[in-house]
Amino acid sequence: MSSRTFNAYGVWAIYRFEMARFGRTLLQSVLTPVITTSLYFVVFGAAIGARMEEIGGVPYGAFIVPGLIMLTLFTESIFNASFGIYFPKFTGTIYELLSAPVSPLETVLGYVGAATTKSAILGLIILATSALFVPIRILHPVWMAAFLLLTAASFSLFGFIIGIWAKNFEQLQLIPMLVVTPLTFLGGAFYSIAVLPPAWQTVSLFNPVVYLISGFRWSFYGSSDVGVVPSLAFTLGFLLICLLLVGWIFKTGYRLKN
Amino acid sequence: MSMQPILKISDLTKTYASGLQALKRVDLDIRRGEIFALLGPNGAGKTTLINIVCGIVTPSTGTVTVDGHDIRHDYRATRSRIGLVPQELATDSFETVWTTVRFSRGLFGCPPNPAHLEKVLRDLSLWDKRKDRIMTLSGGMKRRVMIAKALAHEPQILFLDEPTAGVDVELRRDMWALVRRLRESGVTIILTTHYIEEAEEMADRIGVIHKGEPILVEEKAALMKKLGRKQLTLHLQAPMAEVPAALADWRLALKNGGQELEYVFEAGREHTDVPRLLKRLIELDIAFKDLNTRQSSLEDIFVSLVSERQGAQA
Ligand SMILES: Nc1ncnc2c1ncn2[C@@H]1O[C@H](COP(=O)(O)OP(=O)(O)OP(=O)(O)O)[C@@H](O)[C@H]1O
Ligand SMILES: [Mg+2]
Repeated sequence: MSSRTFNAYGVWAIYRFEMARFGRTLLQSVLTPVITTSLYFVVFGAAIGARMEEIGGVPYGAFIVPGLIMLTLFTESIFNASFGIYFPKFTGTIYELLSAPVSPLETVLGYVGAATTKSAILGLIILATSALFVPIRILHPVWMAAFLLLTAASFSLFGFIIGIWAKNFEQLQLIPMLVVTPLTFLGGAFYSIAVLPPAWQTVSLFNPVVYLISGFRWSFYGSSDVGVVPSLAFTLGFLLICLLLVGWIFKTGYRLKN
Repeated sequence: MSMQPILKISDLTKTYASGLQALKRVDLDIRRGEIFALLGPNGAGKTTLINIVCGIVTPSTGTVTVDGHDIRHDYRATRSRIGLVPQELATDSFETVWTTVRFSRGLFGCPPNPAHLEKVLRDLSLWDKRKDRIMTLSGGMKRRVMIAKALAHEPQILFLDEPTAGVDVELRRDMWALVRRLRESGVTIILTTHYIEEAEEMADRIGVIHKGEPILVEEKAALMKKLGRKQLTLHLQAPMAEVPAALADWRLALKNGGQELEYVFEAGREHTDVPRLLKRLIELDIAFKDLNTRQSSLEDIFVSLVSERQGAQA
């Protein structure tokens, strides 16, 4: 083996290991989001949606689809990536990764790549499930795919950081529960922020999730709360921050090495 | 064979974040192709030393080179040459034996080679278990799996951190045989142990580390001669005032008010000197009620080494 070159076998080994874990729990992994989504449609789409007006010319049931997919992307990306790196720390098998000729970049590509793949697949499954309940249009499919992948990648990276930071299973759940879920619910997943009183609209603009959901919804229906450029800027900005954090973690060995 | 050491540790120190200084100052060269046993009491710093070489712990100061490559700047070159079996059992419970060794090989940057993995698993009597999930294996089998993982990428240096702790006699023998075979194929082996017999059985050279400092590194033969003492105690029927002149051939001493006769001899001589002594005692009509032998334990050896060292420094 040439010693200075990219360790592609290493990346592939990690990726495959992580995907195998996904495969072993395929039924739960897929069934849970599908059931949750269906429930959302029953509750929001049918029960409430019937009484809701169209939002910007889009029926309420269809309007919530991008938000639902985003919600899944956030939670699944964070969960899969954080668990993927936390579990070896917990069981002690991390010794092998730390003693392997794998660079930080390769480690991240393997773990975050696998988590991104999983949540992107789940996002598409949610999309397909939604299509059974409501008519869906996708005006900008390329942008849709780009937002989907970028979001999955940045939240997987974020999850990876949480997994390294966490010292126990409670901490692993802490940020998703206390930060991500509330921000998502307040971030216009189920409504347009235009319906909020002006003061709350201003507050919402400080919620980064608003930008992520808005851009994604734009790729479906062509209308959005905040405009596609700020959306893209926020998505890329979040990705960049996570990348810098990961870089710092590996440089200092933070919570990975003594 | 190159004369350059395969592993060179210079001026290495490690202070953990807690402030504990685990390694004071380590200079150590490991020769290509040797079996090196690292001995030392609990907390001496053996695992810390190994973990630094393998990249799991960051050193505070000092340098380590593997085959001339620095472990920090050229970690790909050093780590791909090293296989590690850590002290603690840690395996991926849900994986099968086969997928876990295949994973290890890939992780270390090697292209797939099922034939090599098969050989490793057969050598470790794991071939029949290759499709079993690791969690269904016994502790000894899991330890074999960890060895198989460490060998999956054909390392030139193998670290075995207490390979035989909590392992039954059969597995211990298997492990020793495997280590010898690996050495024959050119692999350098560094193992830690608490058992002097094990070091004696296996090693070419022995290093003793105490409180983060190597206090001695020597060829096994020389060391065993120096340290491997045994002691025979005879509980006499009738107390004796002094050692009879007829027994002057043996290094004897009277203990416990003349009720016990103590003979100290070098390990390995029990087959020759002890029977001669016993025969002589019978001839002289010296009766004893009981006898027992005791090998100087590693603990005794450490104590004597440390006190020797302190004596030398004073
Ligand atoms: N992560 C850590 N943080 C702080 N101190 C540590 C850490 N790991 C080890 N130590 C301390 O460093 C010292 C050396 O430990 P080490 O594990 O290297 O000893 P050892 O020779 O392998 O012992 P044993 O024979 O028990 O395995 C001990 O005092 C230990 O408590
Ligand atoms: Mg140890």
